[in-house]
Amino acid sequence: MHFKKMLQTKPEASAFLMLMAMTFVFSLLSPTFLTLGNFQIVLQPIPEIALVAIGVTILMISGEFDLSVGSVFALSPMVMVLLMAAGFPLPVSMIGGLVVAALVGLANAFITIRLGIPSFIATLGMLFMARSMTVVISDGFPPPFPRDLDLWWIVGKVDLLRVSVFWLLGIGILLGIWLRKFDFGSWIFATGGSQESARNMGINVNLVKTTTFMLCSMLAGFAGMIQVFRIKAIVPSMGTGYELTAIAATVIGGAALAGGVGSVIGAVIGALLLAFIENIIILTRVDANWFRFAVGAIIVIAVTINKMTRDVAARAKYKEVEDD
Amino acid sequence: MTKPHLSVRGLHKWYGSVHALRGLDLDIPQGQVIGLIGDNGAGKSTFIKILSGVHKQTEGQIFFEGKEAHIARPRDAMNLGIETIYQYTAMVPEMSIARNVFIGREKRKWGVRGFGMLDHAAMAEEAMAAIADVGLHLRSADAPVKDLSGGQRQGVAIARAMHFRSRMLILDEPTNHLSVKETNKVLEYVRQMREQGITVIFISHNLHHVHEVSDRIVAFSRGNKVADLLSEETTVPHMIDLIT
Ligand SMILES: Nc1ncnc2c1ncn2[C@@H]1O[C@H](COP(=O)(O)OP(=O)(O)OP(=O)(O)O)[C@@H](O)[C@H]1O
Ligand SMILES: [Mg+2]
Repeated sequence: MHFKKMLQTKPEASAFLMLMAMTFVFSLLSPTFLTLGNFQIVLQPIPEIALVAIGVTILMISGEFDLSVGSVFALSPMVMVLLMAAGFPLPVSMIGGLVVAALVGLANAFITIRLGIPSFIATLGMLFMARSMTVVISDGFPPPFPRDLDLWWIVGKVDLLRVSVFWLLGIGILLGIWLRKFDFGSWIFATGGSQESARNMGINVNLVKTTTFMLCSMLAGFAGMIQVFRIKAIVPSMGTGYELTAIAATVIGGAALAGGVGSVIGAVIGALLLAFIENIIILTRVDANWFRFAVGAIIVIAVTINKMTRDVAARAKYKEVEDD
Repeated sequence: MTKPHLSVRGLHKWYGSVHALRGLDLDIPQGQVIGLIGDNGAGKSTFIKILSGVHKQTEGQIFFEGKEAHIARPRDAMNLGIETIYQYTAMVPEMSIARNVFIGREKRKWGVRGFGMLDHAAMAEEAMAAIADVGLHLRSADAPVKDLSGGQRQGVAIARAMHFRSRMLILDEPTNHLSVKETNKVLEYVRQMREQGITVIFISHNLHHVHEVSDRIVAFSRGNKVADLLSEETTVPHMIDLIT
């Protein structure tokens, strides 16, 4: 009974079970899979994609969609690097990049809310515009990345991990608490669950959505910065396709496309699942082109399992609510 | 005569080129059940959406307990003690009963509205108490609202209104798609509210229900009031004549 209840109330539960099952199967497929050295490699890019997925998830919980995160993932750090090249110190340059990301989020919110364009279309437009801006401001030639920066605090190595993993943990925990334990988090769920009801109950749904749009963009921008710090180079094409990876992680993590359902931990599990699949394909020397096939299959399987467990749990629950 | 609970004067509402309310004047006495009737598109929902802050009137004034009231947002209406219960958009189905009772008016352990830590335990406890007070028996406030029947949802919405001590309750077609048994329950709630001295505006296309629970019948036609009668002065056939 408790198990069924958990499946119904925790959207990430089935993704977690899949992650466990996959870890088990993959460790049989390749002896290297469950080694510390391998995990170090797998975890390298996780903070980046997981942060993007967390933003997309929270936005999706509020009932909206963002296809522009992959472009913001490049635009925001590009602004940062250009500001550094112009002589600004790192903190100022980072803030500049994050402000640009926030403005993109604000523009997405404006187009969606005020102009009444579905966010799918609004942010599809922004995907092209932000990418184009990235190329234009870099003038086609990406600026050199400054070599002499102290970046230990964000991408330095602590034993086998990078510091960025702790940034992911910190941000994830804070946002998770905000979503579950704070009134604003409750409004995000209410807005995505039923926008009309939320509005009727006095929630400022436009404020809620503007906040989630801006948060989503800023997380994508920050994630892009982490990648630039890690690789110590920037190209205008970075992050291309990340919007789909992030949405895949979000949906695998149990978020509902229609809004009102999802969790931060689900987004992280979704990102991990995708990274595990990519990793096992490399380890077992399967043709890398199968990666997309596997991702597609996992999306369909995860969503199907989610739906089935919810239906079953709901049916079990129905008769139980009423007392008399 | 005591001053009315709520009055409107010269209320107009335009949706673009649609003139949905055409200079409505209406007094709603304290503590009565008003049955609001009218054909499709007569302006009933428009009227109550203005009272509940979902739409703003294009022209005209609202007086609440004799004082002019400016209702720009749903929260303004709630602060006046006006609670509206919509048939389909009163609840967020995925969220728990307790959370639905407190949506937008959460209990906080600390912090301010918009940045406050939720007090889940207090909300669950008070939600159960409020639900029990209206005579509804549910086992747990943690179940999602989507697991409730239509009548139970109406019960929870009414419990919510009572919990926040609303003094005017607006029900827009609350018995749509409900079984006979559940409909009777909702009508029973309306009678309970009346006994507690709460003013009720009850909108329904089922004139029998309206006649049964209302003290007063107000009929709308094409954006205006065409009748305002005591319930005993009219009959269901007469009401049909009024609105067709
Ligand atoms: N949001 C809106 N935008 C444009 N027109 C609207 C809107 N809401 C209502 N109307 C129009 O205003 C008029 C009055 O509608 P209203 O919903 O108030 O009627 P009603 O009396 O509640 O009808 P019903 O019994 O069908 O619910 C109708 O012509 C309707 O089409
Ligand atoms: Mg109506």
